[in-house]
Amino acid sequence: MRDKPLLDWAWVFDHLDDIGGRSLQHLQLALLAVAAGLAISMAVGIIVARRPRVAAVVIGVSGILYTIPSIAAFAALVPITGLSTLTALIPLTAYTQLILIRNIVAGLTGVAPEVLETADAMGYTPRARLLRIELPLAIPLIVAGLRVASVSTIGLVTVAAIIGDNFGGLGVFINDGLRNFFPTAVYVGAVMSVLLAVLVDVAFVLLERVATPWSRLPATVVETGGA
Amino acid sequence: MTSAIAPAPSGATPEGGSGRAATVEFVHVTKHFDSGARWSGTPGALNDLSLKVPAGRICVIVGPSGCGKTTSLKMVNRLIEPTSGQVLLDGVDIESRDVIDLRRSIGYVIQQTGLFPHQTVIENVAAVPRLLGWPAAKRSARSEELLALVGLDPAAYGTRYPAQLSGGERQRVGVARALAADPPIMLMDEPFGAVDPLVRERLQQEFLRLQRDLAKTILFVTHDVDEAIRLGDQVAVLERGGRLAQVGTPEEVLANPASDFVARFVGADRGLKRLSLVRVGQLRLREPATARVGEPATSVRDKVTGAFPYVLVVDDDGRPIGCADPDQLTGDGSVTASGLVPASPVLTPDTTLRDALSMLLTAQALAGVVVDAAGRATGVLTIDEIGDWFRMEAGRLRAGPSGTGMPAVG
Ligand SMILES: Nc1ncnc2c1ncn2[C@@H]1O[C@H](COP(=O)(O)OP(=O)(O)O)[C@@H](O)[C@H]1O
Ligand SMILES: [Mg+2]
Repeated sequence: MRDKPLLDWAWVFDHLDDIGGRSLQHLQLALLAVAAGLAISMAVGIIVARRPRVAAVVIGVSGILYTIPSIAAFAALVPITGLSTLTALIPLTAYTQLILIRNIVAGLTGVAPEVLETADAMGYTPRARLLRIELPLAIPLIVAGLRVASVSTIGLVTVAAIIGDNFGGLGVFINDGLRNFFPTAVYVGAVMSVLLAVLVDVAFVLLERVATPWSRLPATVVETGGA
Repeated sequence: MTSAIAPAPSGATPEGGSGRAATVEFVHVTKHFDSGARWSGTPGALNDLSLKVPAGRICVIVGPSGCGKTTSLKMVNRLIEPTSGQVLLDGVDIESRDVIDLRRSIGYVIQQTGLFPHQTVIENVAAVPRLLGWPAAKRSARSEELLALVGLDPAAYGTRYPAQLSGGERQRVGVARALAADPPIMLMDEPFGAVDPLVRERLQQEFLRLQRDLAKTILFVTHDVDEAIRLGDQVAVLERGGRLAQVGTPEEVLANPASDFVARFVGADRGLKRLSLVRVGQLRLREPATARVGEPATSVRDKVTGAFPYVLVVDDDGRPIGCADPDQLTGDGSVTASGLVPASPVLTPDTTLRDALSMLLTAQALAGVVVDAAGRATGVLTIDEIGDWFRMEAGRLRAGPSGTGMPAVG
């Protein structure tokens, strides 16, 4: 038997369906985790944004969560949540909290005080102020957080493959490749994972462009004395 | 629904000013930010402020930095609650009003503008109408009307974001936004403080022009005495510790400062500042001896009186050509256009006495010629007459308050 080539293209073409399916699963799991993470961090961020000391504690706790090794987190949950999607989802969601809460709090506290003051003075209710002023102005920082969280979550999904073939997305290729000394599968898993991360990142950049047309304005205005 | 959106009564100005305004009254208002201050005796941000602003008038609150100007303003829309005392709008304690309704019926303009960076100019201006639930079409129509009113072309500016405006344009949008729901009261905190002097002067003039039509009750905060004098129907001078040092018309405050503090604050040039309140057209002007080219010199010489010892030579339309020394109008000749002293400076009825005095001093002239809109000479103004005006005013002010003075309550 001759040496296997680094990239076995025949295998790749034979497994296109499999690669597509696993990529989709990978993406779904990552986006689900980020969506859940966003929902939780939004609620937490909004509550703590006006309470700097509570915010510091919450961010500290999410920082500690972030330091738990991912393999250990997945493995530790198996006895509790079994071999379910939840086992993959819980750690992935938890890891998004540090970056998301930090950015949401920064986005909300970064709104200029005079903007908040005039909103109050004009008779905005706290709810209207949050929804129409504070959150829209926090979008650039929230999206920045989402980009980092998504990219790192897409990377982490590969680790979830240790729970089983149903949860690791492209990580299953990497695990199989390592176990069977088949580099092609490892490369396919890694490259596709990176590709997904780049695609998602680009999607967020475009989304932000559309959502915040005001945030990228040319600074061309000069005082003319005319007005 | 608040009263701020009640339809304008018939006879309202096309700009949407309904002519409604409300009186604003501070009744023994005190504010301590440090809750211990009341007991320790340190001065509060506001100390027993009593002040009544009549409906439809501009009250300028002026004083050095930190004297409590902003604090007093923010009490009217309850951004700050008083430690004791009351603020009344049309006699009603604002504590009894729903705070959100109250705020939607009061315009608010600040130096930093507080425009919403993520909203276009049109959206910014329509903010309060949107809160009040106006339909979209009515909102944008109102926005465009207000932009035009503050001198911004809605087509050119409506879809811009605040970052795409100059400082002066931002302030105009801020004023338009505050006027959007036609509030009876406007609070303005150093609104023109951050723009350069030329733009500021223009904004001030347009502000006064707007107010002539809209007749809002306006509380206007500034630390600039000149601005206070230029804009205020009533000037309230605050001193450190939040004490009301004096309230009155600009004229009263300048002519009779109530204390050394007020005198120092309004400045040693308060005499000149008073001159800036009066325009040449408000004085009864002396008619000069005039002559047309070709008139016989002898008849002209007899018209000359002591105060303006010249003959003003005018053309056929009555426009000044120059001044002739009667002694040089020799014997039996006739008046000619040559050898005349230039008739300068030329003043108009709109020139302030301050500018007139400055022009007279600069031209080293004893008198200036006042011309009407068509350029015809209507009179002369001498430096002595400016001095006479001061003497007359002193007598008038001694005889008692003019009746336009608005003394503090309590
Ligand atoms: N929120 C606040 N908390 C504590 N002190 C305040 C607060 N706002 C204003 N002050 C104090 O009250 C005084 C008056 O402030 P302010 O009304 O802003 O003055 P001005 O507008 O005349 O410059 C100042 O000494 C200021 O430090
Ligand atoms: Mg202030």
